[in-house]
Amino acid sequence: MKKFVSLLAAAALLCALALTGCGSSSETLTLNVYNWGEYISDGSEGSFDTVREFEAWYKETYGQTLHVNYDTFASNEDMYNKLSKGAVSYDVIIPSDYMIARMIEEDMLLPLDFDNIPNYQYIDENFRGLYYDPDNQYSVPYTYGVVGVIYNANVVDEADAGDWDLMWNEKYAGNIVQFNNPRDAFGTAQYKLGLDVNDTDKALWDQALAELKTQAPLIKSWVMDEIFNMMESGEAAVGAYYAGDYFTMLDNQADNVDLRFYYPERTNYYVDAMCIPSCCQSKELAEIFINYMLSAEPAIANAEYTYYASPNSLVYNDEGYLDDLGEETVEILYPGIENFSELYNRFAYRNLDADALAYMTTLWEELKIS
Amino acid sequence: MKPAAKVYTALIMLFLFAPIAILLVFSFNEAKSLSVFSGFSLYWYKELLRDYETLNSVRNTLLLAFSAAVISTVMGTAAAVGIDKLRSRALRAAMDTVTNIPMINPDIITGISLMLMFVFVGRLFGAATSLSFWTMLISHVTFCLPYVILQVLPKLRQMDRSLPEAAMDLGCTPLRAFFKVEVPEILPGIVTGLIMAFTLSLDDFVISYFTAGNGFQTLPIRIYNMTKKTVTPKMYALATIIFFVILALLLISNLSDKDAEPGSAV
Repeated sequence: MKKFVSLLAAAALLCALALTGCGSSSETLTLNVYNWGEYISDGSEGSFDTVREFEAWYKETYGQTLHVNYDTFASNEDMYNKLSKGAVSYDVIIPSDYMIARMIEEDMLLPLDFDNIPNYQYIDENFRGLYYDPDNQYSVPYTYGVVGVIYNANVVDEADAGDWDLMWNEKYAGNIVQFNNPRDAFGTAQYKLGLDVNDTDKALWDQALAELKTQAPLIKSWVMDEIFNMMESGEAAVGAYYAGDYFTMLDNQADNVDLRFYYPERTNYYVDAMCIPSCCQSKELAEIFINYMLSAEPAIANAEYTYYASPNSLVYNDEGYLDDLGEETVEILYPGIENFSELYNRFAYRNLDADALAYMTTLWEELKIS
Repeated sequence: MKPAAKVYTALIMLFLFAPIAILLVFSFNEAKSLSVFSGFSLYWYKELLRDYETLNSVRNTLLLAFSAAVISTVMGTAAAVGIDKLRSRALRAAMDTVTNIPMINPDIITGISLMLMFVFVGRLFGAATSLSFWTMLISHVTFCLPYVILQVLPKLRQMDRSLPEAAMDLGCTPLRAFFKVEVPEILPGIVTGLIMAFTLSLDDFVISYFTAGNGFQTLPIRIYNMTKKTVTPKMYALATIIFFVILALLLISNLSDKDAEPGSAV
């Protein structure tokens, strides 16, 4: 019996080894793309199917079959953990700004060859030379956005709307939702108090904590993507989120809900950008893909699908795109591009050092327990 | 049951199943909302059938669950037979403990440790990437194994020891005695183990999340990654289909059980 068992185990092992051994050595090229979930126009509801269209375009242009392995991640940190351990390898990734800064620092990104990315010319001046990539070597911006306050005008008095105070207004106790992650939650308090969100001085963080503690009794719940359903259904009346997501909520709001949106004076700005990680297998392919993503049709389709603002002039100057969005939407989604880089470099979250991160986590736990 | 207990049970059932019911209903919603039902439509089912990335992840999930279930059932049965034959109490206790580790260990620890191990081994062999379908399969077999062993072991203990001995007395080789006599005796345990392994693998998110490689994402991972935006009603449609498939399977298996053993209602 022992023999049988060990034979079986050996057979299973051999099978596994043999099958792992033979990797894909066929003629088909492969491009591995790692992006946020629901962050690319994917052909649903009659939209442009970016990945399939790229494969077809590549075949037509280069006469070779290309297969895109398109995987998704749920947070910058998840993506970072997998890549930094060398567990997976991708050719194109789309992280957020602060993560790009960190990955550049850790030599995890490759400098891009912009000769292969001529469409970079369409990226607005305002999105070049931002703090995370000051020399424009490593990244090509994909989307950007600004955090604003969303409220239900059927519950909230228009007069109360304005700056961050609405989220601290006792009149709406039990109707306010707050971010369920420390960086964004502390951010709301820091912007409200006029503190620098990137200052690592502990006293300032304590001050933000005190502010959040005064807000805590008013809060209905701590949310991330749950905010969509809560705002749409009218279950909550005040919450902060990204402008692009506000429009998703607006599309789905219930009959007795009237959602509105405004930007506080100081708030968070973010940019997500396409990069090539150092584990990339075929850099040129990756650059061709990035270039393709910047061309008009996919860029517009992705902007329409994600509902986030695009730094691509082919998109925000496109008549059809602007007409589809409507004047009001454009006004909110593209709030003055002229001084974006200045506001961005001043207010956006940057990567905190380990000490500050640890301190923030401690304070966050203290807040959630209290 | 007393009336109070009945009410209590009903309440528990309500809270357990209300979310599923809502999901079922809203999968037929015309609009995207989870709060307003604007009209009956099969729109989201059509959308689901067009979403090849999701369908691909369903296929991946099923493929993984099926392979993991079969492999862990074979290995688990073999292991159970081996453990059952152990004479030394200490050795047996040691085996029991080792078997229990993947069960009592939090998923996140199992997931991260497996990932680190794969990365380490991958580096030893100089591989560019260490995670793939195979690492995921190994992980799934790892956490399914104990459940199979725990299903098969009791059956082995219930079995009359003299049966395989009698078979061998009558000229069976040990291997033949095992397949002809022991396996039919412990078959219910093996089948339960197989089904449990399949379900566990199908359902697993945490361990899969850490051990998934390039180009192979399972359904739970795909749904989790949708949370940057909202989960679209396509997923409600998919959940509805899965729900009814499993319901049908359960009904069929229960009915056939009743036919086979009229006395033992499940």
